[in-house]
Amino acid sequence: MAPLIHCEDLWKVYRLGDVEVQALRGLDLTIEQGEFVAIMGSSGSGKSTLMNILGCLDQPTRGRYRLNGTDVAGLRADQLADIRNQQIGFVFQSFNLIPRTSALENAQLPLFYRGLPLREQRALATAALGRVGLQGREQHYPTQLSGGQQQRVAIARALVTSPSLLLADEPTGNLDTVSSREIMTILDRLNKEQGITIILVTHEPDIAAYAEREVVIKDGRVLTDRNTKRRATLLPTEA
Amino acid sequence: MPAFILLTVLTAIRILGRNRLRAGLTMLGIVIGVGAVIAMVSIGEGAKAAVAQRVASMGTNVIIILPGATTAGGVRGGQGGAVTLTVSDGVDLKKRVPLLGDTGWAKRDVMQIVNGNKNWNGPVNGISPSYLTIRDWSFASGGPFTQLDVDTAARVALVGQTVIENLFDVGEEPVGAVIRIKNVPFRVIGVLAPKGQSAQGSDQDDIIFIPFSTAERKVFGTQFLGSVGAVFASTERLEDLVPAVEQIREALRLRHRLQADQDDDFTIRTQVDIGKVQAGTSETLTVMLFAIASVSLLVGGIGIMNILLVSVTERTREIGVRMAVGAKRRHILMQFLIEAMTLSLMGGCLGILFGILGARLTTVIAGWPTIISGNTVAAAFFFSVAVGLFFGLYPANKASRLNPIEALRYE
Repeated sequence: MAPLIHCEDLWKVYRLGDVEVQALRGLDLTIEQGEFVAIMGSSGSGKSTLMNILGCLDQPTRGRYRLNGTDVAGLRADQLADIRNQQIGFVFQSFNLIPRTSALENAQLPLFYRGLPLREQRALATAALGRVGLQGREQHYPTQLSGGQQQRVAIARALVTSPSLLLADEPTGNLDTVSSREIMTILDRLNKEQGITIILVTHEPDIAAYAEREVVIKDGRVLTDRNTKRRATLLPTEA
Repeated sequence: MPAFILLTVLTAIRILGRNRLRAGLTMLGIVIGVGAVIAMVSIGEGAKAAVAQRVASMGTNVIIILPGATTAGGVRGGQGGAVTLTVSDGVDLKKRVPLLGDTGWAKRDVMQIVNGNKNWNGPVNGISPSYLTIRDWSFASGGPFTQLDVDTAARVALVGQTVIENLFDVGEEPVGAVIRIKNVPFRVIGVLAPKGQSAQGSDQDDIIFIPFSTAERKVFGTQFLGSVGAVFASTERLEDLVPAVEQIREALRLRHRLQADQDDDFTIRTQVDIGKVQAGTSETLTVMLFAIASVSLLVGGIGIMNILLVSVTERTREIGVRMAVGAKRRHILMQFLIEAMTLSLMGGCLGILFGILGARLTTVIAGWPTIISGNTVAAAFFFSVAVGLFFGLYPANKASRLNPIEALRYE
């Protein structure tokens, strides 16, 4: 079976005025179906650029990116939108829920663009909210939910399409320790129980420790790539 | 796709509902524009219809020839001040101008009319029988007099509604009654059907018709026999009106032996000329209204565009999220277009409502006739949608072209 993600000699070059910025310089990365990967690196290392490309929000300047065997480079914007809609779920640091819109409708959003009938959208979104422990909060607005709950709505929104890949960009960056642990427990469970591939960007080692594999990026290349088979739950907590 | 549009419309209504004051103010331009158009066009249409009706009440394709002014020692008399038109002019014109269907003539004077213990001062017209057909008079009861009545100078009269109201009691039968005009007894043989106001605003029903010969010999005391107050003619077709007027002018100049350098000693008018003045007024009004309406629709449209641009900026992150979860460019485009059109359409509907209300109030308060045509309402509806579409296009396009990465990062 082909790997879920296969990047080969990935380059991303920006032009800022006269200055050429090389965010990625020939990065190679392969991630198998069902992995839980933490991507780490200092700011400016190119990890955000990598996440954007992996999430099909951006295209590499050069190189090859295969997602589920499909070469993503060279696809048109609408085709990328379809891939994002069907195969990828996003979880952001700042939750990015649509304001003044209920939890249920936020979770429905990807299905809305998929064009599913409303009843089906509701059923799937309700189920997704249930999986992140938000039964009974369907009609709450983001402002009526705590940070951890908002992030769980965001996870439900990412899950509702049953994606093969979940991209979490510092999902606990805006959360306290207790909420962070809740969120990581949910992600961990999704990975273990449902086999969803999770790629996590984080600065915090204890969050990265939930993952099984840790990839460190520096200067647009992979610096280290190691297996951390130990379970986070076994680690002593440093609250 | 239809489900998508329906949901987008619902979403748009909800998003607008969150900021009711803003949405309301944005709509206001469209409301005023559409309302003004509806109210004004219906007033204009009402006025036009009233004018058309009055012009039509003169008869169809009527030509009126009035005697000209005299100049005596440099002092000019008014129109009809000279005795330059005669019965024989009228008779002769019919022969010389084949385009004319018929000619008639009339001469009028205001006289005291008495019936029993009631009296009334009204215009008495001595007319040829053909006058009635040219001017399209019909009868409420009784009937017209004949050529025989003219030949024998019979003392018979046709009476208009206003005169009836003033001379007869309610329920009293006028036909067959004898009234006295300047002390000469006349038998009423016909009651005229009402015509209402003329194009100039005078009451056309305040009138009595008697045979021309009777008027000349027994009532008016005419100095010059055969002189008339006006000659009336009509053509079969409207297109013949203008050439007929030219031919009449030539024939009359010839008959009156006018030299090339002399002015006409008569004036020719058609109902078209009379209608034109008033139609022209209402046309000017309509053009001005359209200008006002266009300006306010334009301003309203710019308001919508402005608010949408603000909205696109405010909701940049939302747009980024929508794109991240799979919204395509056209989804975003549609969302903002539908929001724009919802705004302008709601504004348009409110405007239509206010416009109809305004027109009704005008009728009730000022008493002006108004006509609200389905076409006007449909056009207003269509234009408000078009304004939304046109002015929504730029912001919507701008939203749809956002880069998802930058949109997500937007603070």
